[in-house]
Formats: sequence, C-alpha cells, structure tokens
Amino acid sequence: MGNTLWGMEITAEQLSTAFGDTLYMVAISLIFSGLIGLPLGILLVITRKGHILDNKWVFNILNPVINILRSVPFIILLVAVIPLTRLIVGSAIGTNAAIVPLVFYAAPYIARLVENSLLEVDKGIIEAAQAMGATTWQIIHRFLIPEGLSSLILTFTTATIGLVGATAMAGAVGAGGVGDLALAYGYQRFDTMTMIVTVAALVIIVQLLQSTGNYVSRKIRRR
Amino acid sequence: MTEGASFVYSFQSSSLDNEIEKKNNLGGDRMIEFQRVKKVYQTKKQTVEALKGIDLTVEKGDIFGVVGYSGAGKSTLIRLVNLLEHPSEGQVIVGGKDLTSLNPKELRAEKKKIGMIFQHFNLLDSKTVFDNIAMPLVLSGTPSREIKERVGELLEFVGLSSKARSYPEQLSGGQKQRIGIARALATNPSILLCDEATSALDPQTTSAVLQLLKKINQEYHITILLITHEMSVIREICNKVAVMEDGCVVEQGSVFEVFAKPQTATAKNFVRTVIHDEIPQSFLKGIGTHIPIIWKINFIGTTSGTPLLSTISKKYDVHLSVLSANISEIQETPFGNLIIEVTGDKQEVDKAYQYIKDEGILVQEVQVNG
Repeated sequence: MGNTLWGMEITAEQLSTAFGDTLYMVAISLIFSGLIGLPLGILLVITRKGHILDNKWVFNILNPVINILRSVPFIILLVAVIPLTRLIVGSAIGTNAAIVPLVFYAAPYIARLVENSLLEVDKGIIEAAQAMGATTWQIIHRFLIPEGLSSLILTFTTATIGLVGATAMAGAVGAGGVGDLALAYGYQRFDTMTMIVTVAALVIIVQLLQSTGNYVSRKIRRR
Repeated sequence: MTEGASFVYSFQSSSLDNEIEKKNNLGGDRMIEFQRVKKVYQTKKQTVEALKGIDLTVEKGDIFGVVGYSGAGKSTLIRLVNLLEHPSEGQVIVGGKDLTSLNPKELRAEKKKIGMIFQHFNLLDSKTVFDNIAMPLVLSGTPSREIKERVGELLEFVGLSSKARSYPEQLSGGQKQRIGIARALATNPSILLCDEATSALDPQTTSAVLQLLKKINQEYHITILLITHEMSVIREICNKVAVMEDGCVVEQGSVFEVFAKPQTATAKNFVRTVIHDEIPQSFLKGIGTHIPIIWKINFIGTTSGTPLLSTISKKYDVHLSVLSANISEIQETPFGNLIIEVTGDKQEVDKAYQYIKDEGILVQEVQVNG
C-alpha cells in the first residue's frame, strides 16, 4: 500500500482516481440522460391538454412510463438493466457499465423536472407566440426554453446532485468512484478516517454544484 | 378631419336611423366578419356554450370595441380572429379569408398581418426590450440589419428609445404595454387585436395607451378590435361598439348611437358608468297624478343646447325646465345629454318636438311613472 494519507488505509492516488471516476460517471451519464430527459420533458409539457401539440396518446403513454421508471429503486435498476448494459458496453462491470443504469435512473427524473420547470412558463407567453405565428419548434426554442432557462438550470443542478448520490451505489457493479471508496474502505474495513474524508469530499462536491447552479440560475434571471 | 369627426358631422345632418341605413348600404371594406359563430367547450361533465351565434362586422379603419362583463364571451370572441381558438360553428372571415381553411404555413403568414396585445403584456422576461420587439421579425427570418432599423423605428414611435437595453421587469405597466404594442406592430399588421389591453393599468396610463392606439389607427390605418369591460375605453377611442352578454351580442352600432339610445339593460348599465343622465330623485318623488312630459335630448359636436332651448321657447308656446344636463366627451367630441320637462298645450309641445327632430337632433320621450 503506497503512501497513505492522514492515517487512512487508502492512498492519495486512490482518492484522486476515485474522484476522477465519480466526475466521469456523473458527467457522461448527465449528458446522456439530459439528451433523453430534456426532449421527453418538453414532450410531457407540449402534449398535455390544451398545449401546443396536444396529444392524448403520447402524453398518456409517456406519463406512466416515466412514473414506473422513477419508482424502481436505483439498486434494483442497477441489476435489472445488466443484459442491456452488456449489449451496449460489452461488459456489466466497471465505470462505463455503471453509466447505463445511471442514465436509466436520471433520464426520467430529468424529464419530470424539466416538465415542472417548463410548466412554470406563463401560458400568456405561449399565446403571444402563437399569435405571432411561431412554429412549434420556434415556440419551444425561442419562448419555452429561454423563459424556463433559469428554472432549467436548477433542474439540472438537482439532477446532477442526484447522480452524484447514485454513483455511490454504482460501486456495487465495480464502478469505482468516491462512494465505492467510502463503502469498501470506510464502511467494510472500519476505516473511520477514509469514511470521513470521502463523505466530506461528496459534501463538498454537492455544495459546489448547488452553489454554481444557484449562481448561474440567478444570473440568468437577473440578466 | 378625423374619421370620427366626419362621422359626427353626417350624424348631425341626418337623422340617426337614416345614418345607420346609409352605413349599411355603403358596406365598406370588411376586415373581420363573424358569421353565425358558435363556440362550445366540451368538458367531461358539461358543455359550455361560450358564443351562441355571433354576427359582427368590423370594417377597415374601425376602432371596434366589444364591451361586456367577465364571462360574456368577449375573450373567446377576440381569440377566434387569429385562431387562438377555433370556432365550433360558423365562419370568421379575416381580410376576406377564412383562416380555418388555410394550411399551417398560410395561416402563419396570415397571423403576421394580425398583431395582438394582452392584458398582462406577455413579454419575455428573459429578453431585452429590443429582443422582445424584434421577436416577430426573428421568427419570420428578417435580416438582422432590417430588424435593427425596424425596432429602432418602433421604439421611437412608442416613445421608449432609451429603454432598448432594459428588461421588461425594469419597466412600468404602461411602458410594458407600449413594448407590447411595438412588438405587435413589428410585422406591419393590418389588424390589431387588444385583449383588455388597459385593464391592468391605472387611469392615467390607460389614457396614454389609448391615445397611442388611436394614433396607430390614424397614422398606420390599422383596424383595431378591442375587448374591454370598461365603457370609458369605448368612449375614449372607439367608433363602433358591440355589447356582449352571455355569449351573444345584444347590441351593436356606432358609439354615438349606443351611447345616445342604449336598448338593452346591459347596454344601459354600461352607458350609465360613464354618462350620468338620471332624472333627479327629488323630481320623481314630487310627481303627483299629473304625468309630466320629459324629453331626453342628445347634442353632438359643437352644437350647444342653449340656443335650441331658447329658440323653442320663443317659437312655440311651451315652458322648458332643465332636469339634468351634462356634457361628456366621446372620441374627443362633446356629447351633451339634456333632460328637460316640457309643459304647455299638447299641439305646441308636439310642434316643438317635431322642430327638434327636423333639426337633426336626437330627441326621445322619457316615460316617467309617478
């Protein structure tokens, strides 16, 4: 065991690798779940009754599917999607393998949050857009998203923090990361110092994310 | 001379009914036509008939006001013009076209000819004043240099050039509505729809915004259809008015006509909010068995009531006493309301009545029950 830090059983190198793994998993799964969740969230808004793409079928299918996905606990999801993970990543173990269940976890969550953010946009704005003769796409990207942007930023902040928490559990499929370190060393080997350091690290990550999100959101609102 | 004023002139020179007939025969350029329009909202539990067969024509150059209490259907009515709502039955013809028959692309093109302003302005809080006004132009792919020029013009027109870089939340209600107006005018529409545009503003700001609308009507020859629950708005800028109640137009005509001779209880109530022409209570109480002859006379324009009264009392053997008199302004034209009691020989009274009528002045007998 090379150089230990502050009496921990883990090395500084292990800690920084874990940090890197966590950030990698969060970033990649955020990108993919954002790419899936954002359009789904928009669809949830515009297909509802009386909105610009009012569509009973799409809404009534999408809405419960998202609910069902959201009710599955992440630890179950982690195992349940293993066949699919194998198909996509080629392996069911490791950092990349954890990204698949992470996306399954975060995408519906983001869809729901995006829906909430965009529903806050004043209906009068949509009416004004329709009166101007805006196309559906123009209404989405020129009215809905800019008006909901400040709230969307907070949405993605919340989703990111949720992902940081979920990556800790992803250690179960050998994904590594700060959470895995905390479980493997801090909890299972009763290494209190490692536990404290890793949890403190997670607290700092979450704090940083939240303050950054708040700052950007406020900045956009005040612009 | 403004259109309103020329209308006043012809109103004076002929009797009211002839005037209405003449107007109808002329036909004019029809800008917006509602033909037996019905709108039904279907919910799981019930069917709500918001509009129950509307026939209405707005001619080119009109400032047409629709007044009614909330729930009367006026908000639905105005939204049918640019298809924010679709008619359940009947047709809405705008600029000669039935918008429901157009494909989405044609419809979007037509919508650019119809500007709209709203009670709560509906500006984008995330965009500057400049970007808000530019929005309709951006949507239609106007080159940015043209946009800059046009927005500059519009800002100047509404008197807010200095606010181009501000955000809506930094503006007052009146300023926001001016921005809303500038935005609505960006694509050079021929129609402007005003949805309770001044209802969220204080009286002073309301007046300023209304004067701006009038300026738009006169300088750009834009036809305006507005809905409001305030009769004072109608009085200030409209030349025509329709009174709505419970999904129906219960009364419509020129503003002078409706103000002078409201037919329905609703119209009378609305007129009463801006023109007070009640016979004093003390007078009514004093009436015994003898039923007095009371006339209501309306003067329009500069014609003063006084020479008329003195002429009559000199010419005919009648005595006149004024019960109520006031002058209010409709479209900046004095509109006098005179209620007089006439006493004298029946023959002389009838002659005097005929004389007033022949002068082209609106006179009506008021029934008073003792």
